[in-house]
Amino acid sequence: MEILAKNLGAAIAIMPLLGVGIALGNIFSTAISTIGRNPGARDVVFPITILGFAMTEAVALFALLVSFLMLFG
Amino acid sequence: MDPIHQFQINPIVPFSLGGLDVSFTNSSLAMAVVFVLAWYIMVVGTRRAAIVPNRMQSLAEMLYEFVSSLVQENAGRKARPYFPLVFSIFIFVLFGNLVGLVPGMFTYTSHIIVTFALGMMVIIFVTVLGITLHGVHFFSLFMPPGAPIWLAPVVVPIEIISYFIRPISLGVRLFANMMAGHTMLKVFAGFVILMASGMGKIGYLAGIAPIVINIALTGFEIMVAILQAYVFSILTCLYIHDAVELH
Repeated sequence: MEILAKNLGAAIAIMPLLGVGIALGNIFSTAISTIGRNPGARDVVFPITILGFAMTEAVALFALLVSFLMLFG
Repeated sequence: MDPIHQFQINPIVPFSLGGLDVSFTNSSLAMAVVFVLAWYIMVVGTRRAAIVPNRMQSLAEMLYEFVSSLVQENAGRKARPYFPLVFSIFIFVLFGNLVGLVPGMFTYTSHIIVTFALGMMVIIFVTVLGITLHGVHFFSLFMPPGAPIWLAPVVVPIEIISYFIRPISLGVRLFANMMAGHTMLKVFAGFVILMASGMGKIGYLAGIAPIVINIALTGFEIMVAILQAYVFSILTCLYIHDAVELH
């Protein structure tokens, strides 16, 4: 029972991946359409895209961390 | 089979100083390797500098110019004196991440104490810098320009909290990225053994699939290693920009 609860808790803890998935799709779709409309803006847009990607990905990793703490901590 | 066994710190040369454990560990070994590597590329690479650079020199120049333009674009012209700090942090994090990807090597950036100490160092430096440059005026950083004055009771606490969260988010971002990536590699490597032991003869064939995924993941991890070093130094630049220019 305890192991079941632990695994279930770890699974629930990575629910933020839903939001992160939507956010990452949003970031890259916006970046692609921006570069598509104005290819000259690529050098300006690309670093900001990567920064936004890393910031958003960090949220997923925080969730993963909590999940790992539940499983192995 | 424990995927987080790889993060264990083992003393190589046990040493104790007045009850304090200061052993030379595998983490210290990785840092020493990174130091020698960075020293070698920078010093030996630029020793016989030529107009037409050889491979080592162009690697050193590429790293230097990359960070130089990073500081120029994100921290502004006035932040030029603080370029060595950003460059050191970038090299330390980048080489640490990359050396950790060599099988058998230890990734020191996958320990929160290392990354948190780095983040704390950046924030303390930036705070001291801002106060010495601007004095009491530095605290206007907590009141965004253009915000109406009646919003101050709401905005100022939020800004102060977000300022103090910075070292934590800076450290935890790098730590979580490296730890999650390395754990993922080990989990997929564990699948190979699981398949071979669970499915018998077919398992040896089926085990190829996780290995293929692992190879792809290693490429992804190299990208993440470079990206996280980039993000760490770009955020350092933005914080320095805050301290130097105040908004």
